[in-house]
Amino acid sequence: MNIEWYVVLSALLFCTGALGILIRRSPLVILLCLELMLNAGNLALVAFSRMVGNQEGQVFAIVVMVVAACEVVVGLGLIVAIFRRKLPLNVDDLRELRG
Amino acid sequence: MEAVLFFLAALGALGGAIGVIAMRNPFFSVLALIVHLFSLAVLFLLLTAAFVAAAQVVVYAGAVMVLYVFVVAYVGGGESAWEPIPGQRFLAPLIGIALFVELSVAVLSSSLLALGTEGPKVEAGFGDPAAIGTLLLENFLLPFEASSILLLLAAVGAVVLAGRRREEGAGGPSERFAEEEGSAPDAPAVPPSFDEVPSEEGPPAPSPAGDPA
Repeated sequence: MNIEWYVVLSALLFCTGALGILIRRSPLVILLCLELMLNAGNLALVAFSRMVGNQEGQVFAIVVMVVAACEVVVGLGLIVAIFRRKLPLNVDDLRELRG
Repeated sequence: MEAVLFFLAALGALGGAIGVIAMRNPFFSVLALIVHLFSLAVLFLLLTAAFVAAAQVVVYAGAVMVLYVFVVAYVGGGESAWEPIPGQRFLAPLIGIALFVELSVAVLSSSLLALGTEGPKVEAGFGDPAAIGTLLLENFLLPFEASSILLLLAAVGAVVLAGRRREEGAGGPSERFAEEEGSAPDAPAVPPSFDEVPSEEGPPAPSPAGDPA
């Protein structure tokens, strides 16, 4: 397969994630869409690493995975904290930070 | 054969991604994301990135998704009725499509000469755990250590954010939230000036919140 198929697929997945962030209101689903975008970046990294025949891009992809795991942990912790304070899980209602 | 596998996996990845943003119930969104991640693992295998594919399945589709499923089960519920911002229903897909066109133009008209090829021939050990491990511990030791510190910070942050809110006054920063919450069953009213005091070691705190239930 040509590498450009992978790159175009990665662009498509990234745009799907961005679209999801634009149209969904639940912070849980927004986190899922962030995962989509990070994974699209991973796919592009691995595809380019295959293109130049160098494994360093795969190390980048693994570091991106670590960052994504951290983001998930902190994001889900925030969601649980929001839920426990009985605030609505809706980013339109949560747009004001009250300290 | 490779093309068939690629298109099947691409279809799975794209279908999973669309499922994530189209499902109303967040639980089904998580399941769609698992389909997406497995398809991406197949794509990584096609790109001879065996270790990344294995990490994708074990770390993402295994551990992270279990965390998601737990939180969705805990928080529960579908989304409330959607009142779009004026013009959002029309503008959001437009922006998405514009982003895709822009990315495609940027990638396909770039001067990456190898973009039209399948890449160079690689030897058998390309991307397997031994090669990645050698690279990670010899060339990329500093990023490796930095990411481990990042993981530690995230774990501590998650405990501080989500942990022990119910047991009143037990942890340091949770006292600050317990004042406004008022939902803990046996937490007496805390004087409003209490959250200005830097918390010193929960139990000897001079407030009525410190007494054992």
